[in-house]
Amino acid sequence: MTTSPNTLRRAGDNPALLGLAGILAFGALLEVLPRVGVLPSEYFPPTSKIIAALIDEFGRGDFWQAVVGTVSTWLIGLAIAVLAGIVLGILIGSVPVLRLATASTIEFLRPIPSVALLPLAVVLFSAPIRSILLLVVYASFWQVLIQVLHGVTDVDPVARETAASYRLNRWRQARYLVWPTTLPYAMTGIRLAASVALVLTITGELLIGGTKGIGEQIAVAQSSIAVPSMYALIVVSGLIGLVANLATRRAERMVLAWHPSVRRELPL
Amino acid sequence: MTRVLGRAGLLLGLPVVLLVTWWFASAGSKSFYQPPLETIVKVFPDTWTGARFKSDVFPSLIRLFIGYGLAVALGIALGVLIGANRRLRALVEPLLEFLRAIPPPVLVPILILIAGIGNPTKVLVIVIGGIWPVLLNTVEGVRGVDEVLADTCRSYRIGGWLRLRTFILRAASPQIVVGARQALSISIIMMVIGELLGATNGLGYTVVEFQRGFQIPEMWSGVFVLGLLGVLLSLAFTLVERRVLSWYHGARAAERSGH
Repeated sequence: MTTSPNTLRRAGDNPALLGLAGILAFGALLEVLPRVGVLPSEYFPPTSKIIAALIDEFGRGDFWQAVVGTVSTWLIGLAIAVLAGIVLGILIGSVPVLRLATASTIEFLRPIPSVALLPLAVVLFSAPIRSILLLVVYASFWQVLIQVLHGVTDVDPVARETAASYRLNRWRQARYLVWPTTLPYAMTGIRLAASVALVLTITGELLIGGTKGIGEQIAVAQSSIAVPSMYALIVVSGLIGLVANLATRRAERMVLAWHPSVRRELPL
Repeated sequence: MTRVLGRAGLLLGLPVVLLVTWWFASAGSKSFYQPPLETIVKVFPDTWTGARFKSDVFPSLIRLFIGYGLAVALGIALGVLIGANRRLRALVEPLLEFLRAIPPPVLVPILILIAGIGNPTKVLVIVIGGIWPVLLNTVEGVRGVDEVLADTCRSYRIGGWLRLRTFILRAASPQIVVGARQALSISIIMMVIGELLGATNGLGYTVVEFQRGFQIPEMWSGVFVLGLLGVLLSLAFTLVERRVLSWYHGARAAERSGH
């Protein structure tokens, strides 16, 4: 009798096991509640049906085309936003006059909700992929730009004076002084931008349509009222998001392996 | 005096230049989709004041405030619960990590299927989008409370509501505010998406109706309204934040100057 509370406590102290238990309990709850009739089963299919629909999707060619389509739109949009954000951020950040002159414009443009541009994007571009990319780039660009702007001003004054006394030229100062200071900020911006870009990619596919993507598959499943496939596709979008989060976090840790901040996780 | 003028010039210079450039570059525009800025400005007052303000702008704003308020309140309540309990946190953390990774707009079709396109759905759409940043930041904030202060509370037997109000929430408030700010911009986005996918009135609905009806200058003016809404709410949030967190910014400033 004395061992069981101890083993229980040991299991309770293992976060990985508890986490797994949490996910399993959630799945079991969504299996049982529709079956006993607490939730209407036509709108809340039991977990087993969602998993069956998921396996069904895995066997279809157009599902994988949709995954590839979503991921490539996401990566293209993210790449444009990151490149533009870093280049403009360093340029604006290192020239004080530019910084002052653009501050009010940036503060005004940044809070504009990206979906507000959706009707514009639809009428301005005939190709749906371009409309989606406009939304993705607009939403994620600011995340990178703002972080890079913060980073450029964070250069240690002593290091700056040291660089000046060693007569490092402009390029070398940018390379050995500004860039290493900015990089951690830029990586934070990229991590935030990656998740925003994915949300906007799938949203754009859902609302604009016309491209191969998970969002469009959800819209198709919705119009044919294929409820279990809708849930299965939502699970897939969550899994893509999860992989994206893990990948950007890992990339951040790899790129910044030399930086002290990697050792203590900064709450952001 | 010249310094003040110089600052004002830097602050207003670029926006003025951009607007003037747009005004003249688009002045003679024959392009159907890119009307002259002059036309957009002209249709603006007729489009957005009077009847339409009452029938479309006002309902949207009400839904936004209710949805945002619920998201913040629920996020803080659940966040305190999860953040203060180590076991519970270990139990739900991977699940939350997954649920958060689902782009909220994909849940909108499901919600419409379940609850129709009434006001409750549109508020719910805002809540499911806005709750995540508040919840996760509250969990982090509550988890990171000062241990010495926690022990002090325990020795003085400060517990229950008093402990929650004067210690836990106070200590976590800088983090909670960060989450609430992110939630605000997500809420606006979710409001528009909810109205795009299923609605009979509202800002997002009206703008898309203009687009489908090829009323292009009116559509542009609607985009302006949405942009203005985002900017004004973000400004209002900054003002509220400055009041709520004045003690925190003051303490940080004192720390930096070495007191």
